Amino acid sequence: MASTAADIALWHTGRATGIFSIVLLTVVIVTGVFVNRKGELAGQPKSVLTELHRNISLLALAFVLVHVLMAVVDPTVSISPAALVVPFASAYEPAWIGLGAIAFDLFTAVLITSLVRQRMGHRSWLVVHWLTYAAWPVALAHGLGTATDLHSAWELVLTWACAAAVALALGWRLVASRRALPPGQRAAALLSDADRERAAASAARRIPPPSPPGDSPAAPGWPYGPASARPTGGDDRA
Amino acid sequence: MDLRVRVNPITCAGHGVCAELLPEYIRMDEWGYPVISQGAIPEDLRRRARQAVAECPTLALRAVEGDDRG
Amino acid sequence: MTLSGGLTGARGGGAPGTPGTPGTPVAGLGRLLPAGAGAPAGLGRHLEEHGPPPYGDGQGLIAAVEAAGLTGRGGAAFPTHRKLRAAAGAREAGQPPVVVANGAESEPASMKDKTLLAFCPHLVLDGLQLAAGAVGAREAYLYVHRDADLSRGLRDALAERAAHCPDPVAVRLVEAPARFLAGEKTALANRISGGAALPRYGWPPVSRSGVRGAPTLVQNVETLAHIALIARHGPGWFRELGTDAEPGSMICTVHAEGGPPRVTEIAIGSPLDSVADLAIPATQAVLIGGYHGTWVPAIEAPGLPLANAALRPLGAALGAGVIAALPARRCGLAESASVARYLALESAGQCGPCLNALPRIASALAALADLRPPPETGANLLRWADLVEHRGACHHPDGTVRFVRSALVVFAHELAGHEAGRCGATDPAPFLPVPEVPPGNRDWK
Repeated sequence: MASTAADIALWHTGRATGIFSIVLLTVVIVTGVFVNRKGELAGQPKSVLTELHRNISLLALAFVLVHVLMAVVDPTVSISPAALVVPFASAYEPAWIGLGAIAFDLFTAVLITSLVRQRMGHRSWLVVHWLTYAAWPVALAHGLGTATDLHSAWELVLTWACAAAVALALGWRLVASRRALPPGQRAAALLSDADRERAAASAARRIPPPSPPGDSPAAPGWPYGPASARPTGGDDRA
Repeated sequence: MDLRVRVNPITCAGHGVCAELLPEYIRMDEWGYPVISQGAIPEDLRRRARQAVAECPTLALRAVEGDDRG
Repeated sequence: MTLSGGLTGARGGGAPGTPGTPGTPVAGLGRLLPAGAGAPAGLGRHLEEHGPPPYGDGQGLIAAVEAAGLTGRGGAAFPTHRKLRAAAGAREAGQPPVVVANGAESEPASMKDKTLLAFCPHLVLDGLQLAAGAVGAREAYLYVHRDADLSRGLRDALAERAAHCPDPVAVRLVEAPARFLAGEKTALANRISGGAALPRYGWPPVSRSGVRGAPTLVQNVETLAHIALIARHGPGWFRELGTDAEPGSMICTVHAEGGPPRVTEIAIGSPLDSVADLAIPATQAVLIGGYHGTWVPAIEAPGLPLANAALRPLGAALGAGVIAALPARRCGLAESASVARYLALESAGQCGPCLNALPRIASALAALADLRPPPETGANLLRWADLVEHRGACHHPDGTVRFVRSALVVFAHELAGHEAGRCGATDPAPFLPVPEVPPGNRDWK
């Protein structure tokens, strides 16, 4: 049976909304990492960034919903509504559509928990939110698997650009995590920094530091140093 | 009922969204952490106060009614 | 046989949990601590001296504690009967509470709890059982810093009781790391629940949700020992000592020149110079309470009653019962800077304001204790102190700020001298015991 013009339109809409969804979800992840890292976007207030992250995720949801709707109503492929959420239940390309269903389920979980996050408590919400990092590659794989003409240059470029963006964002996050000190070490690090600044400031003012420049006030003999270098003014008893 | 906003200083990561949304009551200290005024929040600012609580990226803020020590 | 306070680096004390450092108990009142410095009291001697613990009348006990006017001896001086009633109320509401004897004496200058646990563990354990009975608790814990000798002694004491007069509620010994904040009540609840000894945000409070979510009654070991005696001798006996507003006795750790720290039991309200030899002009200031306490100038010290009512106008409080008489030959700023550094390093690092302010305050105080500090140092320090107060999850920043502010006030003359390039002190040896905080990722469990 020949495809009608309407069928072709459905097919293309499905494809296009799918591609837009991936792009939008990539932006969601990148803005999410920006929020987490307390980054700034062009000097805008922080709330702009958090709201951008949230609004784009809602926009992405809209595109994803149209995308899956197209998939169901498209007569040229047999995808039941159940197959949208139940992985591998589709007659057409069960594996690749299945991945799409998984991604859809995960993103839905993230979205719903975010809508009720104040009721959930931060810890549980956070654990679900991390599922985004699992959902996105699954969505990407779904896109690559169902795309019948991967050789279209702009689609390839777009796919690589999205992958690169997420990789960079994730990389930024992981590096920052690694570099962050565990809470138990932070005060000590700050104290060393403060002491170092103080020593530098003393040196800059060209005042001889107390002799010897003590390591720590808790060291025996600080700040007086060995008896021979004690400051004058006190009763000089050895 | 008096409305106040309280912060959990452990969960607070110093994002600063709250101070942007409710500058009349919340200002950032020199390290980026919120200093919250102790007084009750007036009617006309309540909506923004609840918004600040909702928008905190780490859910560190709580809106507290009445004299709850929270 | 006397035990002298172990000397580790600075005089006496040392890190919480340093083995062998109960203080030297001094022949004193003989209520809690034995009248003569003697051997630790085994169960037999304890029963001979005090008789069996009068279990049975929970409501009566709470009433007796209320009539006696007992307040907490852990530092906060909260009325004990109110805590007991709140916990009993939780049981009535269907949530059986948990009772914890807090023996984690994190204050480096205080040795009273270690001494009590070493010499009179059975008084503490009696008190724990009595409190547990009064509030209907089914679980009881004894929480102490990790210390092989102390734990062995406590396990022996528990075993003795199990063999001869079994406790109604089984007591579990839980060990805490040698951290200053380990004795804080949310950190304690966290640790006993199996986690790290890190403070948590105080809402809901531990009395409502503490160890594994159960309402938790936390009492200092000295408070429990007092309960054990009030139960036997009654509130009237308890009130024979002390003042009307602050009745009873308390244990102090006294640091003075010329000897190891002494642990002594005194009647509340006793004049300071009866407890420590001040011999002015040899003493320049007295630290009262502990490292979250307050310096008091020597001029105020003679005759100063050791009661909160008399101390409050000076901005001081009994706190953990530390009395340290700083000799005039030492530099008060250097001593305070050393303590401030320790307190900064002991921050849990969880709350932005505390983490950022305390190290800066400590470094600034060290600069002020140096000669010719940069001119803005003092102003910065005060600004950071104002900024950090009440903005932590626990009271560590508040106590630190209280201590530092009092140092700046009491040693103001020294500050002026240092600015001009002079230090009036002549003795470089550190006076206050400040443990060396181990670097690296420290153990919080």
